[in-house]
Amino acid sequence: MSSPAFSQSTFNRQLKKYYTFYTGGFIVFLLALAVAEQMGLSRAWIGYWFLFATIGLYAGIGWMTRTTDVAEYYVAGRRVPSFFNGMATGADWMSAASFVGMAGTLFLAGFDGLAWVMGWTGGFCLVALFLAPYLRKFGQFTIPDFLAERYGGGIVRFMGVICAITCSFVYVVAQIYGVGLIVSRMTGLEFGVGVFVGLAGILVCAMLGGMRAVTWTQVAQYIVLIIAYLTPVVWLGVRHTGIPVPQFAYGYTLQKLGDVEKKITADPREIEVRKIFADRAAAGKANLANPDKAYAEGKAKVEKDLADLKGANAPADKVAAAEKAVAAYPANVKAAEVQWKRETGLAARAAPPRPHAQAFPGKDEAAQNTARLNFIGIVFCMMFGTAALPHILMRYYTTPSVQEARTSVFWSLVCIFLLYFTAPCLAVLAKYDMYTNLVGSSFASLPAWASAWAKVDPSLLSIVDINGDGIVQLAEIVIGGDLIVLATPEIAGLPYVVSGLVAAGGLAAALSTADGLLLTIANALAHDFYYKLINPTATTGKRVFLSKFLLVCAAITAAYVTSLKPGDILFLVGAAFSLGASSFFPCLVMGIFWKRASKWGAIIGMGAGLGICVYYMVTRYPFFGINMPLWFGLSPVSAGMFGLPVSMITIYIVSLLTPAPDKEVQELVEHVRYPNLVGDTVVSEAR
Amino acid sequence: MQLTAKHHEYWRKNLVVTAILFVVWFVFTFVEIWFARELNSSMTFLGFPLAFYFSAQGSLAIYVALIGIYALIMKKLDKEYGVDEGDIE
Repeated sequence: MSSPAFSQSTFNRQLKKYYTFYTGGFIVFLLALAVAEQMGLSRAWIGYWFLFATIGLYAGIGWMTRTTDVAEYYVAGRRVPSFFNGMATGADWMSAASFVGMAGTLFLAGFDGLAWVMGWTGGFCLVALFLAPYLRKFGQFTIPDFLAERYGGGIVRFMGVICAITCSFVYVVAQIYGVGLIVSRMTGLEFGVGVFVGLAGILVCAMLGGMRAVTWTQVAQYIVLIIAYLTPVVWLGVRHTGIPVPQFAYGYTLQKLGDVEKKITADPREIEVRKIFADRAAAGKANLANPDKAYAEGKAKVEKDLADLKGANAPADKVAAAEKAVAAYPANVKAAEVQWKRETGLAARAAPPRPHAQAFPGKDEAAQNTARLNFIGIVFCMMFGTAALPHILMRYYTTPSVQEARTSVFWSLVCIFLLYFTAPCLAVLAKYDMYTNLVGSSFASLPAWASAWAKVDPSLLSIVDINGDGIVQLAEIVIGGDLIVLATPEIAGLPYVVSGLVAAGGLAAALSTADGLLLTIANALAHDFYYKLINPTATTGKRVFLSKFLLVCAAITAAYVTSLKPGDILFLVGAAFSLGASSFFPCLVMGIFWKRASKWGAIIGMGAGLGICVYYMVTRYPFFGINMPLWFGLSPVSAGMFGLPVSMITIYIVSLLTPAPDKEVQELVEHVRYPNLVGDTVVSEAR
Repeated sequence: MQLTAKHHEYWRKNLVVTAILFVVWFVFTFVEIWFARELNSSMTFLGFPLAFYFSAQGSLAIYVALIGIYALIMKKLDKEYGVDEGDIE
């Protein structure tokens, strides 16, 4: 592909030209749709336009960059300039969870949500300092490639393949879930149909051109998603802070928010609503203590009320209400218990709002310290997990040189930083807007966006007049985190086109991450498992074909698992990071920085790290039903905090007990440490 | 092949740079979190309580800067010790 006449600098110039045109074209497309909306284009059609135009575009890029060349397919020909690789990594990295969920998490959790913001950015320091330049110098196709060369042998490669597939598969399920959700919301199609429309887009792109197609599509997707994220925030920012870069000025909004929170905490009507919830929770708890008796008494009471009203010739509406209460009364004790359990949960709504900026809230010193430990646990696992996820590390194989790999990490984090330092700002602005404009408004005249969203999806927003005063109290509002990003354009009073844009951005985020992950899974199977372990004589054509075939299989399996709607997605994502941190990070980094690290050290170390991590999750996460007591109160998501040190220490001890690696391996380590070594005999770069 | 003394010096310097940047990273991540309550009540910056500012913005900007500084220093070091890759064509 790279003919001598086609130099890197010409290529860079052309890329800049193409993507400048593309960005301009996208903005023109937005303006045209905005005009069409003013002329009466319906909302559903705006949704369809965004869906089909963007997926068509990604598929088009996939078609134009299709390839069967091995180096092109696995590592985009190793000529992706650092800035473009940065954008591609940004899109690869930022998933549906970052785009749609992050601001919502911050909205709900306040300071404690910042653990995710720090964890998902700081990890790139580790990538830059310990991995990217060395992996680029090594220059093969996959992460198990490096492990196998460095530690020698099929066992290490096999373990690497297992780890890579486990982390990536868990993660890709969450992405496809996001794709289905956004497509169905954008167009009103069913969830399942949405999954398959999105999947078709992923497949056309990744299957035709592998890493090459994925890279250039991801650059396009990054541009869409960052425009989509920043546009509504800028608008909301101008309204509340007076400047178009609210990221630097929302500190003062945060202070005003603190005052509003104090007012809400002391407001008598708010206290009244909170007391109603506290009473209901207490009653539910009391009933649960003696369910049979409570059930009989409750039933007798509603029936007696009805009889009394009828006997006293009460007005018809009161009788109707009493009849309804009798009909709604649970049919048996079991159903009643379910209802009481739900009511016990209302205790959470009886608490006053937690100050947004307060770090580690807790009733006493010990509880606060546990909150701090869990904050540290999340930051630790997300950071070291970042530096271990194969679909991210793989991206640094695609740059033209070691130096470009280093600057490429820089550009990656710049691209990611833009979104991540905006998310906390969006959370504060949206919260302030909601606390001042929605809270205290009357039920008769709710803001338009609030009544619209409450109708669309009660799990995202529900407002019920609990104390019957006709005024919205904060305690009467229930918010799903995803609402914040999705509804911001409407909160800011922007036209519907911007809502469509935001949905398209969320779709871009989910698709780009899914692309990268599926490619990682397919390559681990086709390259590492089939070619390197089973059939080393396979022709390059056969390998690429097999990789494409496996990609489709992986995608369909993932879509099937997604359609089962497995539970807690945030736990799955967190678990993927913890697993990566415990298995990959120690042996990758020690393989580069410590020549003495040996084959058995790596094997036993990886096994020990992964083992302790899985053990802690399985025995502590409620889903598995074992629920042993936590160590130091650390939540099972952060199991990597035990896995990583255990793995490191095991590698150290076992390496010292087993023979040192031979001379060839020592030379390989030297080879990766120097960007260019005169007289170097090791040739690792695969073409 | 046999590495020269110059090569060893390059690697030593690389380790020093890496270690220093790693310590800065550690301070602005874990030390900052450890003292978050104290930092929050100590002062405000641009209207933010200090720990909130760092966790939401300051530390992130420092991460970006650390990676940029690392790339620049290493580029210079590569040239100085003759292990750079030359101009890519």
